[in-house]
Amino acid sequence: MEHIAILQVVIPLVLAPLCLVIPRYAWLIAFFGSLAALCCAIVILLAVLGVGDIFYVLGGWAPPWGISLHIDPLGGYILLLVTLVATLVVVWAHDSVSSEIQEDQINLFWCMFLLCLTGSLGIVATGDAFNVFVFLEIASLSTYSLIALGRDRRALMASFQYLVMGTVGATFILISIGLLYMMTGTLNMVDLASSLPELRDTTTVQAAFAFLTVGVSLKIALFPLHQWLPNAYTYAPSTVTVFLAATSTKISLYVLLRFFYTVFGSGYAFDDLNVDYILLPLSILAIFVSSMIAVFQKDLKKILAYSSVAQIGYMTLGVALANSQGLTAAIVHMFNHGLIKGGLFLAVGGLCFRIGSTSLSDLRGAGRTMPWTMGAIVLGGCALIGVPLTAGFVSKWYLIVAALEKDMWYVALAILAASIIAATYVWRIVETLYFQEGDSAGREVPVYMLLPTWLLIAMLVWLGIDTDLTIGIAERAAQSLVSP
Amino acid sequence: MKNNFIVREVANLFLPIIVLFGFYVQFHGDFGPGGGFQAGVIVAVGIILYALVHGLKKTRQLIPDVFIRFLMAMGLLLFAATGLASLFLGAEFLNYSVLGSDQLTGQHIGIILIELGVGITVAAVMVAIFYAFVGRDAK
Repeated sequence: MEHIAILQVVIPLVLAPLCLVIPRYAWLIAFFGSLAALCCAIVILLAVLGVGDIFYVLGGWAPPWGISLHIDPLGGYILLLVTLVATLVVVWAHDSVSSEIQEDQINLFWCMFLLCLTGSLGIVATGDAFNVFVFLEIASLSTYSLIALGRDRRALMASFQYLVMGTVGATFILISIGLLYMMTGTLNMVDLASSLPELRDTTTVQAAFAFLTVGVSLKIALFPLHQWLPNAYTYAPSTVTVFLAATSTKISLYVLLRFFYTVFGSGYAFDDLNVDYILLPLSILAIFVSSMIAVFQKDLKKILAYSSVAQIGYMTLGVALANSQGLTAAIVHMFNHGLIKGGLFLAVGGLCFRIGSTSLSDLRGAGRTMPWTMGAIVLGGCALIGVPLTAGFVSKWYLIVAALEKDMWYVALAILAASIIAATYVWRIVETLYFQEGDSAGREVPVYMLLPTWLLIAMLVWLGIDTDLTIGIAERAAQSLVSP
Repeated sequence: MKNNFIVREVANLFLPIIVLFGFYVQFHGDFGPGGGFQAGVIVAVGIILYALVHGLKKTRQLIPDVFIRFLMAMGLLLFAATGLASLFLGAEFLNYSVLGSDQLTGQHIGIILIELGVGITVAAVMVAIFYAFVGRDAK
């Protein structure tokens, strides 16, 4: 039981090479790996909420010398999101992967998937600043190769683009950690937090902060550093798109929150250096510009990818408001948007599986032959817009309340106005798939592909009505960030 | 290059020395400079030298891709298994102290196994990268 924190990271890590050794059962191994990770995440979240933060010391070497794992409510919340989406994706993906990936590469695919999961979970679980970088690289490198396995050659270009941007981001993060290490002589986050206050006015620490913010923003795909994201989402295999869209940017945002609040202390980012002066306008730009671009896209995956950039804007907007309500809204939206985009991309992946294309012109009239898949897209789209009784409404509601609390009525107006643009691009999808005449009819996807999709969509509706769960945990998470 | 007498013979002469030196760096790593990563690269260099002189085809017959892939996985598995072994013996993950009869031997056994895992994986990955780049035209 006390080892649950390390098992969370190690189980997928051990199972990844097994996919190489036993190629025939690679899918089964990936399924058990993500299911075990999900069980760990549930146990961890319950323990963190019930008993308190989990600390784990690797190798028996006490921090700050040794490496430690540290999971607080925010960490537990994100672990749950990542493992939940991973498990559903693996269940969904069995046939989708067979249809999109060459047969001799399927076991490599699942190996990479498990490594990506390992990296993602490690970033969240670790309490060591350098380990964040190491796990970030594990997750990123496996992601690059997963994207490169996409259907056509444009996937290679998308992967390379992400590789370059992602490496720049990771290098900036590493430089920042190096500068911090130079100043404090420690890499443990709690230890860093205790020695940084007296160094806060040195230019070295300020430079470290700047490098970190820009580097992580690249990985978050904060506007205007988002250029890698639309292509990566569009040309990656459907399975990878789902997992990336639902988890990767949220994990990067988690890193930002972790460093802003736990390592540097919230006062440093927002009172001393006024990061919100940059973050707030960029977030609003992200919401508007990306939503507008999404309206004019011709490919369903691209529409949703640009919408992701816009939704990331909502999350960073919540962070930039720099009050506890804004932070709660950001954390809730991280979770909700993970589920929304997960569900939507699963449905789109279903379309891709049957019709073989995600271009809107090939999907005309698909709503009539694939009613369940399309139903999921419509409900997911509603949640994306923020229609009441869906999860998207809850996060936007909290965001607007947070903005009004700071007397920023223009921000509240912007959020409402952007919802109309979101409604426009969602309507374009609905209009093409239901009302336009077309003969590109595919059959409905099999049940085991529908079930994970609808499970996520049903959760969206449930979390839109019963907000105690998500808001409750998010408030705890925000509280533990602000006053640890 | 195997038609060039001097290159071939010097390579053949050096090959065992390079690999032997790799093993020295590997197993002496916990007393002197070295360790799994460096040793893995040195052993891989030996194999790459062999491939440069005797050709890729012959090297691939000697060390097939499947075997390389197997080694890659095995190194990582050895690493993880060492960590899990200390977990099953009641200590933290990667706490070597419980692996031996007393703390000192435990630490020795632990670090040797871990470094061996690193060495195997690094050597295999190096050769795999070499195969991937050089083998592009062959396909």
